Amino acid sequence: MHVPDGFFNVAVSVSAGVVAAAGVAVCLRGARRELDDRTAPMAGLVAAFIFAVQMLNFPVAAGTSGHLLGGALAAILVGPYTGVLCMAVVLLVQGVFFADGGLTALGINVTIMGIVTVLVGWGVFRLVSRVARGKGAVTAAAFLAALISVPAAALVFTLLFWIGGTSPIAVGTVAAAMGGVHVLIGVGEGVITALTVGAVLAVRPDLVYGARGLAKPLELREAGGTTVTVGAEERPAPASGGLRPFLLGGVGLTLVLAGVVSFFASSSPDGLEAVAESKGFLHKATDHALGSWALGDYGAAGGIPVGIAGVIGVGLTLLLAGVVAYAARNRRKVRA
Amino acid sequence: MNSLEVSRLAYAYPDGTQALFGVDLTITRGERVALLGPNGAGKTTLVMHLNGILSAGHGTVTVAGTPVRKDTLKEIRQRVGLVFQDPDDQLFMPTVRDDVAFGPANAGVTGEELDRVVKDALERVGMLHAADRPPHHLSFGQRRRVAVATVLAMQPEILVLDEPSSNLDPAARRELAEILRSLDVTVLMVTHDLPYALELCERSLILSDGVIAADGHTGELLADSALLAAHRLELPYGFAIPAR
Amino acid sequence: MGAGHHHQLYRPGDSVVHRLPPQCKLLAVITFAIVVVATPRENFWAFGLYAVMLAVVAGAARVPPAFVLRRMVIELPFVLFAFLIPVIGLGERTSVLGLSLSVPGLWAGWNILAKATLGVVASILLAATTEPRVILVGAQRLRVPTLLVQIATFMLRYLDVIVDEMRRMRIARESRGFEARNFRHIPVIARSAGALFIRSYERGERVHLAMLSRGYAGRMPIMQEISASVGQWAIALALPAVALAVLGLSL
Repeated sequence: MHVPDGFFNVAVSVSAGVVAAAGVAVCLRGARRELDDRTAPMAGLVAAFIFAVQMLNFPVAAGTSGHLLGGALAAILVGPYTGVLCMAVVLLVQGVFFADGGLTALGINVTIMGIVTVLVGWGVFRLVSRVARGKGAVTAAAFLAALISVPAAALVFTLLFWIGGTSPIAVGTVAAAMGGVHVLIGVGEGVITALTVGAVLAVRPDLVYGARGLAKPLELREAGGTTVTVGAEERPAPASGGLRPFLLGGVGLTLVLAGVVSFFASSSPDGLEAVAESKGFLHKATDHALGSWALGDYGAAGGIPVGIAGVIGVGLTLLLAGVVAYAARNRRKVRA
Repeated sequence: MNSLEVSRLAYAYPDGTQALFGVDLTITRGERVALLGPNGAGKTTLVMHLNGILSAGHGTVTVAGTPVRKDTLKEIRQRVGLVFQDPDDQLFMPTVRDDVAFGPANAGVTGEELDRVVKDALERVGMLHAADRPPHHLSFGQRRRVAVATVLAMQPEILVLDEPSSNLDPAARRELAEILRSLDVTVLMVTHDLPYALELCERSLILSDGVIAADGHTGELLADSALLAAHRLELPYGFAIPAR
Repeated sequence: MGAGHHHQLYRPGDSVVHRLPPQCKLLAVITFAIVVVATPRENFWAFGLYAVMLAVVAGAARVPPAFVLRRMVIELPFVLFAFLIPVIGLGERTSVLGLSLSVPGLWAGWNILAKATLGVVASILLAATTEPRVILVGAQRLRVPTLLVQIATFMLRYLDVIVDEMRRMRIARESRGFEARNFRHIPVIARSAGALFIRSYERGERVHLAMLSRGYAGRMPIMQEISASVGQWAIALALPAVALAVLGLSL
């Protein structure tokens, strides 16, 4: 769901905006390296596909239907760089042109639904693909990638909510609710993604970025009747170097967000009130409804010092980043 | 000078299937020529060699004296105006005006001259009134005409059309024929529509099994029923070649 | 989500607002939204003034209230959530109409309701007075990476085409008696989605060929430049400027 204005405080909104902008910038370079002068039309058409497929009704039962988010699907079909660009463009257009999602929440929406889903989806896909080969394995990997990408996005949402959400709801409640619902949604996303990837594999396997190593080697018939096989065509594997600095930078930024900014978080969700507080309107602070809430105080968050709570959050993000960085590193290997 | 010279052109797809086995043809300036042939004969493949989208495995293509090579592509693409079968593939800009301007802008035309060239091209196809509309607001026939305008704006040496009359209703078909007749550019038309070829092109080529199987006056070719049958060409039911 | 409730927001017109260059309007609306989000939620009157300001813009743009209200439906899930927060929120509780509600929750609900609503209305006004492709031209002027703007331009151009193909696939399915009723039918829909991807991808390749055929060499030619005068910037930025003044006064 697209986050509206006011749901997160200014600090988190701006930081997420910076992370989103940096991520998109890295992916612009990466996509151009892979697609060259085809980038704009190809990514544009795939983005149109993503937008359209998000509107598709997938029946669940008795009149209810589910929808695809498409991050993992985009990553598997066109690769992580182009995938992020497509998702980002779809989200930006939805936010600016269709008022779906707040203008100040563009960074958050792009980060959570565009970048996290694509990167986690791609990372999981690559990990699973290392273990098994063949079309069946690709489909299974697609299922797992999409399945995990959704709760991963929900996790990041919860983390951001913990740091800078404006509602006094116990983080545990948010985590449980978001997590629970999104694991279910993840199953749906996984099934739909796997089946869609399978459908493409059945007709045009060469179009599935994640299945590039599956092409059968070409046979050449020599004059004497002998056959020679030539190695499968190598697609230029772009340097994964661009993604890792971004991940490290993103993690670093989250560290700053979580550890430092939350330390200075005012007892109310709005950044400007910190200013008000420091100027001496402390009575406002004690009157504030949030006084008893987790990150509202300088002191503790539900018993855990704020800084440590933030670091735990970052630890989890690091785990996510590690999965992706690991997957990104392996992209250099070309399958023969 | 000849608008187009193709000599011993041969080509095979990446998967090994050979499509063209040595095509020879010459088109002089101002001619209107139809390229006929059964499905799968290689017509579209041949056409894609004319502006360098495909590189010949063997043989040469020369447009107004300039050979088609990697280093001459920019010039060739300005000289060869290729109109695709699906106008939606060709109208990729937000408005009609942007699409018509795309070609000349790439060739370096700017400012008032660009406006003039765009206006001129749209007038020639009768679509100036739609200049600021997005392509998907136009009817199929109108989009086809705008697609023609997008290449006319580049002032090409030769206009190459792939199935120009397909999916057009009779009125749109007639309008397009009138436009093509009014242009003073060399035309090569790939088509299944034999009456259209007869109506617009004095000369026809039959491409079959990757080579030019026949080359002559359209009326004479279409009157040769044995020739047509040999290459899976048929005149529409009830169509009689009009006496000239 | 993106589940088909995307009405075409643009409303053709010739008002002062319509005629402002897109980069001015885009920047004005974004900075306005930032000011709104940064406003402390206690200052009811500030939010009231923001609403009045947006009403003035709507009036100047000759956009009827009903138009805006209809398109605010997109906000519904979060409105509901905003009403839910006081019920499930933590902290000191108070009694309202017999219900025990969380006081911090009430504040938070109001906070989200006010800011999200103002943000959505501002967004709607921008989209109602500026065509999508023109907004993109404005974005480019605001230094959004050119490649990103180009991708968005192609996406907008072909969105209708792709959605149309999707619609035709659905009609074809239904004409053969297929009714999507439960999860067992998902594979059929997924196959359509797969086919749609292939068609979209192949069209992308054909579009690229068409671009090459008209001389494309990697850089899109510069085509449309909309420049803004100082006066136009002043008019547009009046909105966030006044909002900022209100914010300052409220602190």
